[in-house]
Amino acid sequence: MKNLDVLIIGGGPAGLAAAVAAWEAGVRDLLILEREESLGGILKQCIHNGFGLQRFGEELTGPEYAQRYIDQAMALGVPYQCNTMVLDVTSDRVVTAISPTEGLQQFQAKAIILAMGCRERPRGALGTPGWRCAGVYSAGTAQRFVNLEGFLPGKKVVILGSGDIGLIMARRMTFEGCEVKACVELMPYSSGLKRNIVQCLDDYNIPLMLNHTVVDISGRERLEGVTIAEVGPDRKPIPGTEQYIECDTLLLSVGLIPENELSAAAGVALSPATSGPVVDETLATNIPGIFAAGNVLHVHDLVDFVSEESARAGEQAARYVQGQSAPKGTLIPVEQGFGVNGIVPQHIHAGQVEAPIRFMFRPRDVYKAARICVDIDGEEVLRGKPHMIMAPGEMAVLEVGPETFAGHENAKKITVRLEVKG
Amino acid sequence: MVRDVIIVGAGVVGCAIARELSRWDLDILVVDQASDVAEGGCTKANTAIVHGGYDAKEGTLKAKYNVEGNGMFDQLCAELEVPFERNGSLVVAFEGDDLSQLEVLRKRGETNGVPGLKVLSEAELREKEPHVGSTARGALWVPTGAIVCPYELTIALAENAVENGAHFQLDTAVTGIRREGEVWLVETAAGETLEAKAVVNAAGYQSGKFNNMVTAEKLDILPRRGEYYMIDKSYAGVFHSAMFQLPSDKGKGILVARTVDGSILIGPTAEDVDDPTDTRTTAEGLDKALTFARKTWEDMPTRSFITTFAGVRPRPSTGDFKIGEPADAPFFFNAAGIESPGLTSAPAIGKDLAQRIAQRLNAGKKDNFNPNRKAIPKFRELSNEERAALIAQDPAFGRIVCRCETVTEGEIRAAIRRPLGARTLDGVKRRTRAGMGRCQSGFCSPRVVAILCEELGMDPTEVTKFGGNSKLLVGRIGEEGKA
Repeated sequence: MKNLDVLIIGGGPAGLAAAVAAWEAGVRDLLILEREESLGGILKQCIHNGFGLQRFGEELTGPEYAQRYIDQAMALGVPYQCNTMVLDVTSDRVVTAISPTEGLQQFQAKAIILAMGCRERPRGALGTPGWRCAGVYSAGTAQRFVNLEGFLPGKKVVILGSGDIGLIMARRMTFEGCEVKACVELMPYSSGLKRNIVQCLDDYNIPLMLNHTVVDISGRERLEGVTIAEVGPDRKPIPGTEQYIECDTLLLSVGLIPENELSAAAGVALSPATSGPVVDETLATNIPGIFAAGNVLHVHDLVDFVSEESARAGEQAARYVQGQSAPKGTLIPVEQGFGVNGIVPQHIHAGQVEAPIRFMFRPRDVYKAARICVDIDGEEVLRGKPHMIMAPGEMAVLEVGPETFAGHENAKKITVRLEVKG
Repeated sequence: MVRDVIIVGAGVVGCAIARELSRWDLDILVVDQASDVAEGGCTKANTAIVHGGYDAKEGTLKAKYNVEGNGMFDQLCAELEVPFERNGSLVVAFEGDDLSQLEVLRKRGETNGVPGLKVLSEAELREKEPHVGSTARGALWVPTGAIVCPYELTIALAENAVENGAHFQLDTAVTGIRREGEVWLVETAAGETLEAKAVVNAAGYQSGKFNNMVTAEKLDILPRRGEYYMIDKSYAGVFHSAMFQLPSDKGKGILVARTVDGSILIGPTAEDVDDPTDTRTTAEGLDKALTFARKTWEDMPTRSFITTFAGVRPRPSTGDFKIGEPADAPFFFNAAGIESPGLTSAPAIGKDLAQRIAQRLNAGKKDNFNPNRKAIPKFRELSNEERAALIAQDPAFGRIVCRCETVTEGEIRAAIRRPLGARTLDGVKRRTRAGMGRCQSGFCSPRVVAILCEELGMDPTEVTKFGGNSKLLVGRIGEEGKA
């Protein structure tokens, strides 16, 4: 058993930012465990640009964005170990991992930062009927085949779901000479970023069919086509609206799920709204010394936010191992008011707030002229600036200064809600 | 070349017969149209239950082989290193059901020779299974009910048969069977004619067709499709036993059962279809499975579905299995019309038919038959000490390829290198569970494709999901004219 101050599980954007921040806060006895052959996580296969506008003020590709953090970590000398899969985490912070070269290793960490990211929802989770043929891929799997392995999964493509990876793959497959016939979205709005709708679909005349879904998958061996149908307000297909689209590939971009099997094994409480850990304003979970950040905590829209959040987790983990006083006092629940889904943090120490608290969530629907408001025990304490438009595809962020919570250490609840004009 | 025996069909029944026949000094060939054993029919898509035997009508072959087969599983699975668990079955009666039917089932089971059956009160049922739905009122307890993985068992039977000298020829569709003099001729779609002294018809949904080619004792197969849902293994602990529903005039009920791998299976529906290969799932079927299953499991976590599938049962028009040599077709042995409880019956059918065939061919027993088959190490089930030792021996066991099911590269390479090794993505999946988990191969499929290519010297564009035209990749990037 090896002792460590801070162990970071995952060497993608979250783990890298957390490690750099922990190092800069003075921690030297730390280690990143990464399951793949090299650092960078999913960014390695995101060869399109658009990363880093918030963080670096310039447009980078995924690998370039990752490299900035990798370079920083290398320059500092942050220790990391690739080809290493964590198999287990216990509530007393014993981590078991394996690698071909190091064999089976166990670490006793004073603090752990969960940075395992997320995975894609598969076809089976949707229960889409039809044949179980080849040619049905989650968009990220197809992205890996194309961008990292250099192979084309198919030539005539339909995309189910309008998550960002699906939109990006619509354009990517078009670049490779494929015919992308439609992007089919169950909801009345896209779950992706507006800029991706414009730059990946509109610019290539790929129709986005809102309020539609795939109701049948044809082809015994290789996919031959899909049947799509319009859905009603209950999200159920409307009989008579079916149309068949011939295609050899169906890409699924129907949601991402934070990957929390290890967290659950360690006894970390999970939120049904985010499928990620329940955390306080320091990104601490219910298990002392275990922190979470990035897509394992909640699915982000921009990697820039992942980096920012993970750096905070790194600093807080450093404070924790350095014995600086962890926040005390009562944890006050943060409730999701009107229009708010997947709020993070889920509870805060209102009596001990030092730095501004960054509330992040996904709007439940598309809202025009909406503002984020905060209530304490039903009384409004903050009204944010009005936003022209808020949508589920884009993370909503509100920073609230410590002064807002002064004198509320015994509050029963804090509510974050949207106020929509008209 | 005239073989001693050709077995048509490499499902669980064909492979059980092959393994039993390989005890005897016989030259055996198993042929199947699919690219893998346990691939082409309902062996890969059924309920994975070793039935107690209370269900089959008294005096039928189904009842006989079910009860005999059930009793053979402990030893068989130990010899073949196949996971097997006698976790018992419960047939649950709900509010509005005729509870006296539980007693009828118990008596029928007793007549069939099923030991230990007991009718449970609602309280006794809830003590055993606290999560059972609120309208449950009682149950029949079947302690000999068990679970096994049907394709894992079939692959193990086939591997053991090969180790004992049997031959397999896959991707070989049989088009005709006829007798010429003292020899059976088995014609294939590739234009080949295979010859044997004896033929075994274990062809599942095609068993009626082959039977009818050689005998006047006609048999039709009436295909019946069943659709299933699979739920993530994080719910493995919800029910200990397999949870059946008491059949009623409203239907046979839907089963909720944990598999040996911890996932939860929900199904099957029962729908007559014209095409026995029509394994599509349908919105109506899946809906129906869920609606019924909710009686057993009220707070079923619909967010944790990982896949859906359908299998077609080869229902015999006679209502019973057709086993043995028809009077007008000497040396032609049927194991035909094997629907449920076919998996349970397979070991007993195999043993019985092998003895009859060996006797007819005057074969003697081999003295070097090895009943034991070593399974691929299951990294996820090993202790940390065992894991460390395995990685030290072969570093490929230190690399996880399938994160959801914790499957290592070492296991995948082993699955490809074994006798009748995996050649396809699904072949690897059924031998190792890579791709069976909650992400359904999203993470591991590119890695498994790469390993298949390395091991078999294939190009990625040649790799298929399950043979035939089920190709995963259509070309390299840059080959197409750019837009």
